[in-house]
Amino acid sequence: MKFSEKWLREWVNPALSTGELAEQLSMAGLEVDGIEPVASAFTGVVVGEVITCGQHPDADKLQVTQVDVGGPELVDIVCGASNCRAGLKVAVATVGAVLPGDFKIKKTKLRGAPSHGMLCSASELELSDDSEGIMELPADAPVGKDLREWLDLEDYSLDVDLTPNRADCLGIRGIAREVGVLNNLDVTVPAVPAVPATIGDSLAITLAAPAACPRYLGRVVRGVDMAASSPLWLTEKLRRSGVRAIDPVVDITNYVLLELGQPMHAFDLATLDQEIVVRMAQQGEKLTLLDGQEVKLDDDILVIADSNKALAMAGIFGGKDSGVTENTKDVFLESAFFSPDLIMGHARRYGLHTDASHRYERGVDPELQQKAMERATALILEICGGEAGPITEAKDMAHLPTETQVVLRADRLARVLGITIAPAQVTEILERLGFTVELTGETAQQWQVGVPAYRFDISIEEDLIEEVARVYGYNNIPSAAPLARLAMYRTPEAKLPLSLFQQRLIAAGYQEVITYSFVEPKHQDLLYPNAPTLVLPHPISVDMSSMRLGLLPGLLTAAGYNQKRQQASVRFFESGLRFVPDQTAENGIRQEAVIGGVLLGSQLTEHWREGNKPVDFYQVKGQVESLLAATGALHEYRFVAANNSALHPGQSANIYRGEQYVGFCGALHPQFEKTFGLKGRAFVFELLLSAIETRAVPVAAGISRYPSIRRDIAVIVDRTTTAGELLAAIRNVGANHVVDLHLFDVYQGDTLPVDKQSLAIALTLQAQERTLEDTDVNESVAKIVALLQTKFNAVLRDS
Amino acid sequence: MDLQAILAAAQAAINAATTPAALDEVRVSYLGKKGQMTELLKGLGKLSAEERPKAGQQINIVKEELQGILNARRSELVTAELNKKLEAERIDVTLPGTSAAPGALHPVTQTIQRIEHYFGQLGFAVKHGPEVEDDFHNFDALNIPANHPTRADHDTFYFTPSTMLRTQTSGVQIRTMEHEQPPLRIISPGRVYRNDYDQTHTPMFHQVEGLMVDKNVSFAELKGILHDFLHHYFEEDLEIRFRPSYFPFTEPSAEVDVRRKGGDWLEVLGCGMVHPNVLQAVNIDPEVYTGFAFGMGVERLTMLRYGVNDLRAFFENDLRFLRQFG
Repeated sequence: MKFSEKWLREWVNPALSTGELAEQLSMAGLEVDGIEPVASAFTGVVVGEVITCGQHPDADKLQVTQVDVGGPELVDIVCGASNCRAGLKVAVATVGAVLPGDFKIKKTKLRGAPSHGMLCSASELELSDDSEGIMELPADAPVGKDLREWLDLEDYSLDVDLTPNRADCLGIRGIAREVGVLNNLDVTVPAVPAVPATIGDSLAITLAAPAACPRYLGRVVRGVDMAASSPLWLTEKLRRSGVRAIDPVVDITNYVLLELGQPMHAFDLATLDQEIVVRMAQQGEKLTLLDGQEVKLDDDILVIADSNKALAMAGIFGGKDSGVTENTKDVFLESAFFSPDLIMGHARRYGLHTDASHRYERGVDPELQQKAMERATALILEICGGEAGPITEAKDMAHLPTETQVVLRADRLARVLGITIAPAQVTEILERLGFTVELTGETAQQWQVGVPAYRFDISIEEDLIEEVARVYGYNNIPSAAPLARLAMYRTPEAKLPLSLFQQRLIAAGYQEVITYSFVEPKHQDLLYPNAPTLVLPHPISVDMSSMRLGLLPGLLTAAGYNQKRQQASVRFFESGLRFVPDQTAENGIRQEAVIGGVLLGSQLTEHWREGNKPVDFYQVKGQVESLLAATGALHEYRFVAANNSALHPGQSANIYRGEQYVGFCGALHPQFEKTFGLKGRAFVFELLLSAIETRAVPVAAGISRYPSIRRDIAVIVDRTTTAGELLAAIRNVGANHVVDLHLFDVYQGDTLPVDKQSLAIALTLQAQERTLEDTDVNESVAKIVALLQTKFNAVLRDS
Repeated sequence: MDLQAILAAAQAAINAATTPAALDEVRVSYLGKKGQMTELLKGLGKLSAEERPKAGQQINIVKEELQGILNARRSELVTAELNKKLEAERIDVTLPGTSAAPGALHPVTQTIQRIEHYFGQLGFAVKHGPEVEDDFHNFDALNIPANHPTRADHDTFYFTPSTMLRTQTSGVQIRTMEHEQPPLRIISPGRVYRNDYDQTHTPMFHQVEGLMVDKNVSFAELKGILHDFLHHYFEEDLEIRFRPSYFPFTEPSAEVDVRRKGGDWLEVLGCGMVHPNVLQAVNIDPEVYTGFAFGMGVERLTMLRYGVNDLRAFFENDLRFLRQFG
């Protein structure tokens, strides 16, 4: 709600500066979003009258004028505006004037003719964007008067960002009431005398949907002059409130809307057929709106209709065919109350949002219609002339909102706010708000509060608590440390926090990124072909429309973004949800927390000794292993060569714990490097957090006091035999005393057949209770070698 | 034999030895089995019983002295040799090390962790919820019925009329209260989504929701906890004000503004007392329990704390930006 400060001060005028007033409103919950002067700075502009106006001898488009600016002599001014004419009252920038943009007016000559000033257009004074000709001031404008003074331009437009509950402040009247409450001042309500009917014309009004429209007032005004122009005081008030002048009738209904908060509509009486029926639309009924758009109405949409057609969407938008035009002679004025609950959301359904719908959805004062009608009629008669008929009112008392009774208990007020406010002060605050108040009870005091119908936001005790707190001042309520019973919450030691994984990655040089949860669908389709995806029907843009199935699209995009910016080496990780369509999950979507990473470029920053070795599969795998090791059960995780279409077929693995899928790691399939603008091979991983975030709480075992013995064996096996299966087999064979084993060499080369490789494994043996003998060791090694021979056709390699 | 002459010769030989090995040769030649001093001691037998003790004593004195000189010289030589070896191993300690330079948490995550830490100290548990939400948890249970004007303000990304990307983390309040009874103290950080994209809006951002429900939780306590939090978060003297506002799920509601020295008021969070309708929606009796809730925008707090000017920088993930937070 934007309005002129001076307009408000006509109603209530507290002894506060503009800034203080704005601050006061903000601190009462009516947040002032902007304070703008209503006119840019200019000086030296006065009201003048064009006395003579003639053609410039040497310029077709210029006129030479003599202008009376109230001085002893007429002033010569050359003017280029076509609407300049003798007798016109104009805004004259005199010599020495400074216009907006620091434009100084000096004596000059235009094509030889002297010009001692300038006749101003509204746009030159930044009073509007209308640059069509010079400003035409009313005939009664006082010659010589300073324009700023005469137009009362030392004023500000205040823009209040009203919260949806405060519909009662969507008009000067409501804001003034609030300012009155806050300053304990009376509000001067302009008198709105009834306009007597001078003609008998009226239309019958039928409320066919009384729940949605329990009150409708109509009035015929005949003989309206649409060529009349709205007076400056009116258009200035509209302008300062952010509303453009259109035609006198629309300007007047807009004025009443801004002043009282009552939306009104004017129909061209000639287009109406016999009567007004306020009814629900027929399903599919068509209506062409004022902006030319044709809509098909649903049957829960309230319309204003005549005997055979819908004329307007009630409380939302007028119809094109029944609106006033420059040719209108007679108008039918509407001033109605529509129930917020029954029209809420309807405008939005049709993509509409109007000043009327904004107010009706939030609640218009149901007692205001008569007053608004009288106000608008008086203004129309004053400005456009004409003869008014009687007001016809149709109402259904059963559906009209009435005063609400709400009880406020003193102990509840104190308990919710944490402060006891003196009962007399509470009573005073409530009364100032316009509520009827009765304080009862001795020990358990309470207020019986009658809330006027225009306060749609007040129906329960909490609403009153808020009102009291707001007017009392939130900042007058003390701060207190919360009191609570201490209770620890469970943090199971077996549950690994996300931060542990984050810290391990950071220590290894990974930078955390946060990428959008919606990704480019083309990229996602390439990485996850044929995977069902959750798609946003109305995204910001198409490239942000597909809910991610994993972290790869975001990570790779971020990596590409940085490589384009000269970052050769990139190590990123991210954690967050992935969104997998799954009919068995809540809302049909499985939302799983994952952690993943991408690395590209060299293993270290280019190093003077180590050089810049490129990253490889074993580095990303090592990284994954360091995360899995947090579970204390690294050996339970299996890396299985896998065919994941996003990844390099020969350099990727799926990871399992038992049969449970954990994630994957490997090289990005080279065919996608270009897609993401990557230079060099990218290695990626992604793990389901649920599969790695629990560990067994350690149970300490005794440490052997006896020496361990290491035996190395090298076996020649087929190249197709993987180290993983070989080591798993050794682990599972149950050779005595083996406490550790690791693979320390892989050889494929000239001394071996091409399809063979040699794997060298170090075995560590140790007993808890004694020093092992050679015989113990030999027995275990023999068992392992035998296993390898039978299972993998392994041959012991000569050392 | 003149003991002093032997001592002088030995001293010269010791001084001339420049390695432990050479010194050892000197030691053997004097103190070894056939060394000069040993021979002298062996020669004592030839002396008379009267002369023997005195001569023996003199020989032993010189022998001990010699041993002392030898020991001193040995330690000198060992030290010199070690020093020489150490000197030979000298390297340029200013050359770069070999570890990978560590990364860092994203600044938004850092802010969330700081918030979790402050409220964790007061016994607030951290809860998470789904990001694809249904209208019950995102709107209805929060006292935002269908068609309510507030819904239009949310710029919601809908999938269907009843499922959407959550517009606020407040739904986690509901999910928590559905399963747990008061007293409750939780915070819930996470991603939220609004269909809006310009200099000051990104379609995804982060919020931290907080909720405390107990028998006598008050607005004064809400003010107290947020005052504390803001002072600790910003670690500077700043002004804080509570401005009346409106959220369907709290009443009374407030927006909280902060003002740093010489600056303007800046809105940093929204809060209020949990609306009785919200408690009722999850079967908590508002006559027995009261509560407060607050919600803060993580990016905004992060921008103010670290002087970030462009919100969009958080999701471009430019390494040159992110590395500053390491």
